[in-house]
Amino acid sequence: MERDEESSGLMMEMCTNGGGEETSNRRPIISGEPLDIEAYASLYKGRTKIMRLLFIASHCGGNQTMQLEALRMAYDEIKKGENTQLFRDVVNRINGRLGDKYKMDSAWCESVDRRAEQKKGRLENELSSYRTNLIKESIRMGHNDFGDFYYACGLLSDAFKNYVRTRDYCTTAKHIIHMCMNAILVSIEMGQFTHVSSYVNKAEQNPETLDPIVAAKLRCASGLAHLELKKYKLAARKFLDVSPELGNSYNEVIAPQDVATYGGLCALASFDRSELKAKVIDNINFRDFLELVPEVRELINDFYSSRYASCLEYLGSLRANLLLDIHLHDHVDTLYDQIRKKALIQYTLPFVSVDLSRMADAFKTSVSGLEKELEALITDNQIQARIDSHNKILYARHADQRNATFQKVLQMGNEFDRDVRSMMLRANLLKHEYHARAGRNH
Amino acid sequence: MSSTENLITSIQGLSASSGDLSALHRILKGAEETLRADSDLQLSTLDQLDPSKHSLGYLYLLDVLTCGGPMSKEKASEVVLLIARFITSCDAEQIRLASDKFVSLCKGFKDRVLELEDPLRGVAPLLSAVRKVQVSTKRLTALHPDCLQLCLQAKCYKAGFSILSDDILEVDQPRDFYLYCYYGGMICIGQKKFQKALELLYNVVTAPMHSVNAIALEAYKKYVLVTLIHSGQFSVSLPKCASTAAQRHLKTWSIPYTEVGNCYNEGKISELQAVVVAHSSDFEKDNNLGLVKQAVSSLYKRNILRLTQKYLTLSLQDIANMVQLANAKEAEMHVLQMIQDGQIHALINQKDGMVRFLEDPEQYKTSEMIEVMDSVIQRTIGLSKNLIAMDESLSCDPLYLGKVGRERQRYDFGEDFDTVPQKFSM
Repeated sequence: MERDEESSGLMMEMCTNGGGEETSNRRPIISGEPLDIEAYASLYKGRTKIMRLLFIASHCGGNQTMQLEALRMAYDEIKKGENTQLFRDVVNRINGRLGDKYKMDSAWCESVDRRAEQKKGRLENELSSYRTNLIKESIRMGHNDFGDFYYACGLLSDAFKNYVRTRDYCTTAKHIIHMCMNAILVSIEMGQFTHVSSYVNKAEQNPETLDPIVAAKLRCASGLAHLELKKYKLAARKFLDVSPELGNSYNEVIAPQDVATYGGLCALASFDRSELKAKVIDNINFRDFLELVPEVRELINDFYSSRYASCLEYLGSLRANLLLDIHLHDHVDTLYDQIRKKALIQYTLPFVSVDLSRMADAFKTSVSGLEKELEALITDNQIQARIDSHNKILYARHADQRNATFQKVLQMGNEFDRDVRSMMLRANLLKHEYHARAGRNH
Repeated sequence: MSSTENLITSIQGLSASSGDLSALHRILKGAEETLRADSDLQLSTLDQLDPSKHSLGYLYLLDVLTCGGPMSKEKASEVVLLIARFITSCDAEQIRLASDKFVSLCKGFKDRVLELEDPLRGVAPLLSAVRKVQVSTKRLTALHPDCLQLCLQAKCYKAGFSILSDDILEVDQPRDFYLYCYYGGMICIGQKKFQKALELLYNVVTAPMHSVNAIALEAYKKYVLVTLIHSGQFSVSLPKCASTAAQRHLKTWSIPYTEVGNCYNEGKISELQAVVVAHSSDFEKDNNLGLVKQAVSSLYKRNILRLTQKYLTLSLQDIANMVQLANAKEAEMHVLQMIQDGQIHALINQKDGMVRFLEDPEQYKTSEMIEVMDSVIQRTIGLSKNLIAMDESLSCDPLYLGKVGRERQRYDFGEDFDTVPQKFSM
């Protein structure tokens, strides 16, 4: 597959340019090739790693090896934690296919549960004693510990409740930020992105200037929230603002590769040309992120330089892996659709006439299919043109402003005429009724 | 006997000047009872009077003579002739003094004509009757709907259309108005002037009413169909100015029509035809089947019009495919029709089977266009003047002032907007 040599070629380039960075020596992880699960999983830590692996396992189609690999890694990861519910879940899904080492370990489950009970009891005692002592700081810590505990056990709504309860006992700005970050984390895991937005706002309203890494984390979270709410333009703006100092510090939510991919694709789908150049291509900070996903970088550059065929090729090859991403999968189609539409519009923009067969070649589609797509765009008024179906040419057509104005004026005059006359008639009818009624009353 | 003779002499004597006429009017009113009781009064007595000079007296006598119950066909025919001659030759000034009588006479005349099943005889007389009774061209009379009804029955739409060209601004009776608009709408549909039909039907549908009446319902059904034919868009919600009763209830009574409208919006011919067939019995009952068929054929036109926005040239076969016509020949027919109607501008190249769509050649540079614009401007200025006059007269109306004065607290105008003097408060 020619994809291979291209990506390895890119890798060479990266090695010579990147130099010291550790990540640049690795093969690009989000690329056109089938996903390397181990490498992908190593980008994350904590609960999100498990959830992502489980997602891949359930969405990888018929690919048995991939599924088993993902489930195996999930099992290992879960065993390091304290979530027995997820453990049972994963064992059911493995269904004995991975051999003896990966079957139900009830002993482990029981011991974990017992420990959890004990810990819970201890935490409750501590909390009640802190409450009686009325020391704000310790109560806050107590609730925080409870929140952490519930999160580790997988009881997300309880964890959320406890984190939110610490709000009353926060004394410094740092506490508030800590609380917000926890709340955001749990909300993302629960999928409640409106909460994410509100807590991001709360944290950003902080009077002190935020630590740059924390600020970057907040922007990532806010970008994710916008993405889930389908506000691609806002999401792109947030992701593009993330400073490269983020590095791997937000692994429990998002990896820098994701920032690059989400930001790049959303920007491509929703920005206009000038914004694309200013905020993405010329953005020095974002360049570091784009280095991690060279295919996305290439496709953005191709789009900007009007090499639509190769841009669409990259998009096509990335698609399979993007569908395995836990946040992006249900937006892939919309984003791709929007990018393709933008490409079509941008292609026709500079020309007075366009030969449809050449355009169809550029977009790797048939002439009749292209005609249909263009028809839809013309109806939506996104392309000002008309199709010469006989010679298969697209002619730009710019509405004659003067004529259009005259037409509108005449139309408006007629409408005014009709509306005023109807109105006067209605007023007359009402007056008559009023008089009739007044007549009766007197 | 003698009283009748006396009456006739006084009519002949007092029909000269306006002072005399008012005296005559009083006498006539007084003598009405005796006239009715007089069983000897014959149509022949009318020969003594001249309808154009003694219109008032003639009117009273004619009314007494003809308002009797059912008559034989010959008598009815004679009466009809007599009334028709009277109407054509009577004096408008005198008539207006007793306009109620005149109106009831004409209504009776109309009923007779319809009984005789010869509505054509009544059209011309009623047309002139309307003109004579009208105080101003802006005012609706009770005779307008009757005249239109006769025109509809007689199928002489042109005559009816001449009445409709007046702008009606003042209305006395809502029922007259509804009927006028409804019949007027039907006449315009007959003349294929859908713009005006839409206007008239719109007026009925949005007229203030407390409860839905049958006229408004029928008008609404036709309104829906005419909107489809004329502008190709359908929205289920009525305009906001329609009364709440109308908004709530009109739709529930005309479900087949709203279904047709919704289907039309989708743009698929086959579905629309299926809906039409399904409800054809309803449409037949309302006599709207012809209109529905016109609406269906207008969908083809709508779809072809949409194609002109997107294509510069298109083969006839492609048009047929996109618009779901049977073959290229039918497509050619439709396009030809539309070119002739002036709905699109195009050239058909029969050799290639291609249609080339052109831009609207109107450049808005000719003197005719300037005249059109000028007339529109003049109309608008006239209308604005009317509107201001209406507003002024309303602000002087004691009823209005009384009401606002009483409810001043409720409206909370504040110092600047309170235009009603204090003396009108409660």
